Amino acid sequence: MTTGPHLAVALDAAGWHPAAWRAEDARPRELLTAAYWADLVREAESAALDFVTIEDTLGPRTDPFNPSRGGTDQVDGHLDAVLVAARVAPLTSRIGIVPTAVVTHTEPFHLSKAIATLDYVSSGRAGVRVRVAWTPEDNRLFGRRDIGVVDLADAKDGDLVSPLSELFDETADYVEVLRRLWDSWEDDAEIRDAATGRFVDRDKLHYIDFAGKWFSVKGPSITPRPPQGQPVVTSLAHAVIPYRLAARSADVVYITPLERAEAADTLAVVRHEQAVAGRERDTLHVFADLVVFLGETPQAARDHKARLDDWAGAEYASDTRVFVGTPAELADELLDLHAAGLSGFRLRPAAIPHDLNAITRALVPELRSRGAFRSDYEATTLRGLLGLGRPANRYAAV
Amino acid sequence: MGKPIKQVHLAAHFPGVNNTTVWSDPEAGSHIEFSSFVRLAQTAERAKFDFFFLAEGLRLREQGGQIYDLDVVGRPDTFTVLAALAAVTERLGLAGTINSTFNEPYEVARQFASLDHLSAGRAAWNVVTSWDAFTGENFRRGGFLPQDQRYERAQTFLDTALELFGSWRGDEVAADAATGVFLRDPAAGSFAHQDAHFDISGRFSVPRSPQGKPVILQAGDSDGGREFAAASADAIFSRHGTLEKGQAFYADVKGRLAKYGRRHDQLVVLPAATFVLGDTDAEAQERADVVRHQQYSGQTAIKLLEQLWNADLSDHDPDGPLPSFDPVVGENTISRGRASVRMHRDPLATAREYRALAEAKNLSIRELIIQVSGRQTFVGSAATVAARIDELVQADAADGFILVPYVTPGGLDEFADTVVPLLQERGVFRTEYTGPTLRDHLGLDGVPA
Repeated sequence: MTTGPHLAVALDAAGWHPAAWRAEDARPRELLTAAYWADLVREAESAALDFVTIEDTLGPRTDPFNPSRGGTDQVDGHLDAVLVAARVAPLTSRIGIVPTAVVTHTEPFHLSKAIATLDYVSSGRAGVRVRVAWTPEDNRLFGRRDIGVVDLADAKDGDLVSPLSELFDETADYVEVLRRLWDSWEDDAEIRDAATGRFVDRDKLHYIDFAGKWFSVKGPSITPRPPQGQPVVTSLAHAVIPYRLAARSADVVYITPLERAEAADTLAVVRHEQAVAGRERDTLHVFADLVVFLGETPQAARDHKARLDDWAGAEYASDTRVFVGTPAELADELLDLHAAGLSGFRLRPAAIPHDLNAITRALVPELRSRGAFRSDYEATTLRGLLGLGRPANRYAAV
Repeated sequence: MGKPIKQVHLAAHFPGVNNTTVWSDPEAGSHIEFSSFVRLAQTAERAKFDFFFLAEGLRLREQGGQIYDLDVVGRPDTFTVLAALAAVTERLGLAGTINSTFNEPYEVARQFASLDHLSAGRAAWNVVTSWDAFTGENFRRGGFLPQDQRYERAQTFLDTALELFGSWRGDEVAADAATGVFLRDPAAGSFAHQDAHFDISGRFSVPRSPQGKPVILQAGDSDGGREFAAASADAIFSRHGTLEKGQAFYADVKGRLAKYGRRHDQLVVLPAATFVLGDTDAEAQERADVVRHQQYSGQTAIKLLEQLWNADLSDHDPDGPLPSFDPVVGENTISRGRASVRMHRDPLATAREYRALAEAKNLSIRELIIQVSGRQTFVGSAATVAARIDELVQADAADGFILVPYVTPGGLDEFADTVVPLLQERGVFRTEYTGPTLRDHLGLDGVPA
């Protein structure tokens, strides 16, 4: 077993650059087809990456860093990520599959059984990235309740009670419900006892009786405990309020440092929040997100980005570090950040397939040549790949 | 010239939670592992069935205050399994029940439009309703809906979802790399809907799917349910599989279509049916008798009778007579989360029928329950069953059937291997799919852009 960083890719449409769909090798008319997604996930699996994430939002995609000029020059329209994940799961066998799910406005009971089922159809490779929906536009799609005016700047103040902090507290409750529902069946609840005529041992099914400020859920789940016991929960975080959510609730958090010192600082905050949450003993992987523009030479990478920027009519901007360079340079940077304490990386390919293929066919061999990435999958489940083990059931009698 | 020969429609139902499934059969497999769903779906596709159907449950059933443990328990998420099955099938329709009470139209419309894209036009939605506080305890909303509003909400929910499906014409995506125009119409997907149940607006994020909208299925048998189906559904599930009752139901629902400006062939009537096959009719009857006794054990018979009696009958002998007292009238409190309870609209009258039948034929509780609980079952040799299915369809008692095997997941194999070829020989069932979408399989019109 190697000791290098874990590696995931974040799949989104034709890539993270708003003009990526215009590249010669892009497939902009196929973005809503199953074949497109199957090809991307298989490509990631061919390099033995830990997992893919699949982006999603409730409404039309909105990237505050790259606003569309006329509303007609960027990719529009996307599919439900959990369904995309389920569609590709039977076509792959080892890679983890982590769809994004919006947890504001939606029902934790539904998401719990959906992710449990994704774990069944993938034989233990399911995860989920939980995401809040905070805009008035998202709220109007559901029309159910007023969540107040959310100011993203409030995320930086850990002591302030605000509409934003409430959204994240609600998300923590939501994840708690997901996790309790996954445990609401003990692993051996199905007994098929012909002698007594009982299919299931009802003493091994548990009401979760969750009652919180925003909602309550009785349980048990209708879906038996999934193969991993607890599928992997992940979240993206930029400031202390979302770090706190991750520290309380997640197995993997994606952070967005712009440089190495910031990565170390953020890591310290996350670990502090983890201790406050009483989870020092639990593994919480901290991954850094990087947008990557790759080329065989530094100049080729710069040209690649310049061409996309030209098409977009603006220089690319992001919430996280934007890497432009060769796979070898990226390997240097990843290993440096890994040494600073980060568990792994979620790379956002700027253009698909170009940058995805550069990750799988150039970066990964480069890391392997340095003994810093697996040559093949060493586990059959996502938890296994992440070294998380299979957790005991909280409801099972000891 | 006689009536044109009708084509039979067939669908396969992966059993949910009920005593149809003989889980103790040595052939019975997992009800939750994906391989079981793949097995049944691939058999259905090999046999050129119209679609695979999956029901939904949102709360584990209880009886006498305890989780019901005699039947198969535990099932997957409908959308997730259907999307995964799209990866291992190519033509088979993928139909799922999704409740309109504990969901929101925007989310459900996104999921079905996504499923239709990911299956290249094979998605179907069985719209069901619920109102009870018991199921509601698993959801943010709780049990909030007065019973008399459930079809109203279902109708407005469906209308809202149809608006969302229709919010893209289908020609908006240009994806023209040369000019940089991805979307021809920046307003594509815009919607605003307001009624007593929903007040939502914005842009729908899934462009028009291959079928335009999923096939709409409906399963209610009440007057409200039939009206809902006549107004909005592409196919209706019924319980009436016998010739006379089937013909009456068929004539009733088809007769309601005209007032909605719809043709006779725009609503497909599909009763649910089980089947037991044998080399001869006599052998099939023997097998059927064994299966019926496996499906209705003594304990199961008592539990089913408790649901009608609304009382604890655990001290009664299933091989003995019916209770000496009458059913407890009023709200059914003994059983919760069980749809069949609603079938007993007048428990006292039903009990009188049961008593008369038991007396006339000298039946124990268990034997009585076996007699009265059977749903439409085809029993016989393959030739007998094929002839009976054809007869019922040609006589307008149905347009086809949704088959529920009693053994999961291999219980459809024998039907596919023996009955389907006979239907094909009769010229009443396809030998190849003629189109790519479920609408094609069901003979439904395309959805105009």
